[in-house]
Amino acid sequence: MYKSFLIKYAEIAIKGKNRYLFEDALVSQINTALKKVDGEFHVRKEQGRIYVDTLSEYDFDETVDALTKVFGIVGVCPVVLLEDEGFDKLAEDVIAYIDKVYPNKNFTFKVNARRARKNYPMESMVINSEMGGRILEAYPETSVDVHKPDVMINIEIRNKINVYSTVIPGPGGMPVGTNGKAMLLLSGGIDSPVAGWMIAKRGVALDATYFHAPPYTSERAKQKVVDLAKIVAKYSGPINLHVVNFTDIQLYIYEKCPHEELTIIMRRYMMKLAEHFAKENHCLGLITGESIGQVASQTMQSLAATNEVCTLPVYRPLIGFDKQEIVTISEKIDAYETSILPFEDCCTIFVAKHPVTKPNLNVIHNDEKKLAEKIDQLMQEAIDSVEVIRVEG
Amino acid sequence: MQAYLDNSATTRCSKRATDLMVKLLMEDFGNPSSMHMKGVEAENYIKEAKAKIAKTLKIDEKEIVFTSGGTESNNMALIGAALANRRAGNHIITTSIEHASVSATTAYLEELGFKVTYLKVDTCGIISLDELREAVTEETILVSLMMVNNEIGAVEPIEEAIKVIKAKNPKVLVHVDAIQAYGKYRIYPKKIGVDLLSVSGHKIHAPKGTGFLFIRDKVKVKPLIYGGGQQKGMRSGTENVPGVAALAEAAAQIYEDFDAKIDYLYTLKERFVEGLKEIDGVTVNGKTGRDSAPHIVSVSIDGVRSEVMLHTLEDRGIYVSAGSACASNKPAVSATLTAIGLKKNLLDSTIRFSFCGDTTEEEIDYALSVMQEVIPMLQKYTRK
Repeated sequence: MYKSFLIKYAEIAIKGKNRYLFEDALVSQINTALKKVDGEFHVRKEQGRIYVDTLSEYDFDETVDALTKVFGIVGVCPVVLLEDEGFDKLAEDVIAYIDKVYPNKNFTFKVNARRARKNYPMESMVINSEMGGRILEAYPETSVDVHKPDVMINIEIRNKINVYSTVIPGPGGMPVGTNGKAMLLLSGGIDSPVAGWMIAKRGVALDATYFHAPPYTSERAKQKVVDLAKIVAKYSGPINLHVVNFTDIQLYIYEKCPHEELTIIMRRYMMKLAEHFAKENHCLGLITGESIGQVASQTMQSLAATNEVCTLPVYRPLIGFDKQEIVTISEKIDAYETSILPFEDCCTIFVAKHPVTKPNLNVIHNDEKKLAEKIDQLMQEAIDSVEVIRVEG
Repeated sequence: MQAYLDNSATTRCSKRATDLMVKLLMEDFGNPSSMHMKGVEAENYIKEAKAKIAKTLKIDEKEIVFTSGGTESNNMALIGAALANRRAGNHIITTSIEHASVSATTAYLEELGFKVTYLKVDTCGIISLDELREAVTEETILVSLMMVNNEIGAVEPIEEAIKVIKAKNPKVLVHVDAIQAYGKYRIYPKKIGVDLLSVSGHKIHAPKGTGFLFIRDKVKVKPLIYGGGQQKGMRSGTENVPGVAALAEAAAQIYEDFDAKIDYLYTLKERFVEGLKEIDGVTVNGKTGRDSAPHIVSVSIDGVRSEVMLHTLEDRGIYVSAGSACASNKPAVSATLTAIGLKKNLLDSTIRFSFCGDTTEEEIDYALSVMQEVIPMLQKYTRK
C-alpha cells in the first residue's frame, strides 16, 4: 500500500552550511543501498526532507532492511502521500489508512499535525482535534491518549499531505563518505568487525587489512575474514581488503626474539604494515577492536607499545566496552555467527603461555634490534605481495 | 605436481559412471513412477542398477534400498531397525570408533530411551570379541559395527563378531557400516549373517548423494522418509535415477579385476609406510599390513599440528585430511584417535592419507619427499 518512504535524519540537519553535502551523501548512500533491492526507486530531496518513491512493484521487507542499514538514517517512515482535496477527503483517507494498517482497533492514538505549508486553511491544533474526533467517530473502540499513545498518527501538510504512523528505527550516525576514510585492522574475531562498524557509523569509509599466515592459518580462515568484511560492507559500502602474508615475519620474530614478547612485537609490525597501506590509500587513521585489558596485548602498557609505532591516529571505538557489550553489537549487525567460526588466526598460533602483559619499551626496542638483519626486507616482501580484494556488501 | 590422497573423503567420479549419468540427465530423464514409456525406461535403469549391485554382494535385488548416501543409510539402519524392533528389547551395541553418522544416531536413540553400549578398542582400533560376548543380552536388539574404520583403516573381525553375537542371542540384528569397506573387500552379507549393510557411492567413484542400504529379506525396518511410497514404501521420494545408475556402474567397475587392484593398493601402502619410517618424529597408527585396510594410512607427526601439516602439503599440491579437525578455541578431538589411546600431544598432530586405484607410485614418492623436506622445518616452530 505504501508508495513512498519518508527518511528521517537527525544530526545532519544541524550541520549548517555543509548541510547539503551531508544530504547529498545520504541520498547517494540510499541509492547504493537500494541497488540490491528488486524494484525501481527514486530518491529525492524536498524541503529538508528525503523521500524514497517506489516506481514499481517492490518487496517491503527487503526495502526496509536495506534502508535501515544506511548510516545517517534515524527512522524510516512508510508514508502515504495525498493530494490536498479538502479536509473531508483527507479525513476519509486517514480513516481508510487506519483501517488498512490497524485491523484491530483496540488502541489509543494521538493525531500529530504539522502545517509546513502555511496557506492551509486550518491550524495544526485544529487539525488535531478535528481529525481525532472523526477517527473516534469511525472507530469507537479506539481512544485518545495524548501522553503515551499506542499509535501516533502524523499528518504533515506539505505540497502533498504526508500521513504516516510508523517509524522504523535506522542506525543513526552519519552518511558514509562524509568523514574521510580509515584503515580497519580486521581479524577473524568478534571485536574488529564491530569496531569497523562503529567508525563507519560516524560517516567514515573503510579499507581493511588482514594478516594471514599460511600454512598456520587456513584458506577458510581467510574466507571467513572476507565474509566478515562483506557483512561490515553492507553498512559501510565497499571495502578494499588488503590480505598480507605475515608468515615469514612471524617466524623471524619467533626465531630471534624472546617468546613471551612475540605477540607484542608481532603486533607492532602489523600496525606498521597496516599504516603503510593506510597512507598509500589516503586513510586518515587506523581502527582496531582493542579494549583495555581484554588480553595480554591489550593492557594499557601493551597498547602504548603498539601505538608507538604509528604516526596516524589509532581509533579504538571499543576501548571501554566489556566483551558482552561487543557481542551484543556483533549480533545486531549479524557478524557474530561468522565471527565465532573456529579457525586459527595468526595472533594465536604461537602465542606464549605467559606473554608479557606490561611490556617495557626499552626492552622491546632492544629485542627488536635482533631483527635488524632481515626485517626490512621481509616487510618489503610482505608489502609487495599484498593481495587486495574488493569486498562489496 | 598434484597428489590427491584424500580418497576416503571422496573420490573422483569414474568416466563410465559419469557418462551414464549424463545420458540419464539429458536423454533418458523419465520418472520411474510415470505410467508412460519414459517412466518404464527409467524404471528399467533402476532394475538394472539393482541387478549390478546385487551381484557384487551376492544379495537379492529386492534387498536394496537406495538412499542419499552413507549417512542416510546408517540413520535408516539404526533408527529404522530400533523403532521396528522396539518390542523385542531396547539395548543396542556399537563401538567407540564409529563414524558420526552412527555415533550421533545412537546418541539420538539414547534420547528416545534406548540403552547403548559402546565397545572399547585396542591400540590398533580392534574390538574385543570377549567384551562383545559380555555385552549381548536378552534385551539386545541391534549391534552396529563398522567394517573398516575411516580414520585409521582398522578392519574389524565382522564374521567372528557375528558368530559371537548370534550364538548368544540369535534374534539380534547386525548392521555393518561398510562405507569404507565396500569396493575394497568382497563382502557377502548373507553368507556371514549380516542383516543391514550401508554403502556410500562417492567413496567408490560414484557421484555424491548416492548410496544404498542392504536390508536382508524379512528384516523389519521402519522407513525414515514418508511420501509417495517409492521403493516399496521404504524410502519415498522420486528415485535419483541418474545417481542410482551411476552408483551401480561404479560398483560393477570397482569389482572388475578386483584382486589385482587390491594388490596394487597394498603395494602403494607398503611403499608409503616404508618411506615414512625414514622420517624422524613420524609414527603410523594402527596396523599396516594385509590385516589393515588397503587404502588408509593414519600418520602422527610429533610437534606439527595437523592443520599446519595439511596446509603445508596443500601448498605443494598434496591433499589429505586432518585426523582430527582442531582449532585453538574449539578442540574437536577425534573419538577414534582417543579410543586407540593415542598420546595426548599427537591427537592434534595426526593426518590421514587415503589412496584409490588411480593413485600412482610417483604420487606416493612425491608425498614422501615433501614430508621429508617440510617436517623438520615445521617442527622447529612450535607453540611453547
